Amino acid sequence: MTRLSAILIAALALALPLSLLAGRIWIVPWSEPVPNASVILAELRLPRSVLALIIGAGLGGAGAAMQGYLRNPLADPGLFGIAPGAAFGAVMALFLGLAAIPFMLPAFALLGAGGAMALLALIAGRTGGIALFTLAGLMIASLAGTLTSLAISLSPNPFAMSEIVTWLMGALIDRSWSDVWIAAPLTLAGLIVLWACGPSLDAMMLGEEAALSLGVEARRLQWAIVIGIGLTIGAGVAVAGIVGFVGLMVPHLGRPFTDRRPSSLLVPSALAGALLVLVADIFCRLAPVAGELRLGIALSLLGAPFFLALLLRLRRQLA
Amino acid sequence: MRGSNMTVVRGGSPVVAGASCVIRPGEVTAICGPNGAGKSTLLMALAGLVSPAGGEIDVNGRPLAEFQPRERARVIGFLPQQSEAAWDVDVRTLVGLGRLPWRAVPGRPVRAGKEADLAAIEKAIADMQLEPLADRPVSRLSGGEKARAMMARVLAGEPQYILADEPFASLDIGHAADLVRLMKEQAARGRALAVVMHDLALAMNHADRVIVLDKGRVAADAAPREALNEELIARVWNASVRWIGDRGSQALLV
Repeated sequence: MTRLSAILIAALALALPLSLLAGRIWIVPWSEPVPNASVILAELRLPRSVLALIIGAGLGGAGAAMQGYLRNPLADPGLFGIAPGAAFGAVMALFLGLAAIPFMLPAFALLGAGGAMALLALIAGRTGGIALFTLAGLMIASLAGTLTSLAISLSPNPFAMSEIVTWLMGALIDRSWSDVWIAAPLTLAGLIVLWACGPSLDAMMLGEEAALSLGVEARRLQWAIVIGIGLTIGAGVAVAGIVGFVGLMVPHLGRPFTDRRPSSLLVPSALAGALLVLVADIFCRLAPVAGELRLGIALSLLGAPFFLALLLRLRRQLA
Repeated sequence: MRGSNMTVVRGGSPVVAGASCVIRPGEVTAICGPNGAGKSTLLMALAGLVSPAGGEIDVNGRPLAEFQPRERARVIGFLPQQSEAAWDVDVRTLVGLGRLPWRAVPGRPVRAGKEADLAAIEKAIADMQLEPLADRPVSRLSGGEKARAMMARVLAGEPQYILADEPFASLDIGHAADLVRLMKEQAARGRALAVVMHDLALAMNHADRVIVLDKGRVAADAAPREALNEELIARVWNASVRWIGDRGSQALLV
């Protein structure tokens, strides 16, 4: 384990207890006991914090893999249309009024992610080339986004519409252990698949031809990336909606602290993603707004300026 | 390495049409030809990166198509045209990528690998005279240094065959001469090098053998003085030329 990973794990070990204690009702161990503290901890805060860790790890790891695969520091796991596909699936569940049935919404989201993955594989399929693949992903993302807008505009009643719009903003409010049981195994499986891609992603930094000459099997790598991203991002969207920018920011922040090979960045990115989402979620709970700040919005508020700053810096480098 | 009657089709038309050639250990083979003659495609076919529509390629007496990708990568090193590293790694990390075909377990870091990996990496760095630059980020190398670092990446894989596509393309004459000398050293140690070259004088003076491609066919495959004679250059390149100077340091007048 690298020093960077060790530091991140230490930070997580500090942030996790904080996220359990923080909220509208602070639970402070050494002051007078809060009524129902054990219920709040075990049934509300712990699953929520665990979910933040899982989703953040998935987003961070997927982002690092995505940037490595596309050889582009501006790549985001949303690019391939898997996240929009999953979101569209979830929106359909809300649209059809099935979201109240347990497991229906995540199941629809995973179905949407799977559909986007299948389309990607169908279009890009045989050669394993990246340009066509990225274009296909962008088209799928655009199609899923349009269909989502269509569902919103056609929603049967204002309640469904507001439900859809709110859900799309991404949040970890009112999540339970059942969400954890959905997201955890899928995200873990996805991260393992992506981690196994590490050496091939390293080879990709020399370009597709050189990677092939180093023994990388382009089609196999592409499949592994689709499956890995699909599992991590699909599971994340299924339980928390669209949470943007983590996959873009985290690999960037981590890269200078590694030897810059994509494989050295995968684990630190997963850890840093977990940390970022956990901390952002604490802020969401504490932010002085009516109701609660949505996690997706909070991270986009943080992410968009970051993205702009990044572009400015890159522009200076390229100029 | 022997390619016989190779035909490679790209975008519907044959780019290499019935070409045959032999790449021998201990020699630097230059592959020359006008733009669009199919040099890069021929090189990629020999490297096993595109499969020919017709003909056969044998490597050490075995059909290239039978090699597993990793196995092929250990025997044949390939340096694409205008190599760039997408991430700003340091030179040693870059060279270490050449060890990827030798990794035993997926995910095992290359740098912390076996003694053999480390030895091969250091040797490749030494062979390309990159020791003082080993810890420098690739972005802070000059064009010539970067070309040597990319070649060291290939050498680290300890391939028997090295196929390089215009490694001299953007180098000034001093750096090109350095790289040629270092590549000839590798040939002298028994490696086979096939190098796509645009500079005919470089091929004439430094290659052991020259293959001239013209419209996907082999127009000549011989010793440099024979392959690059003035009549053949006039015919293939459509330019009237004259060689001047002494053997080993000839220049081409156009």
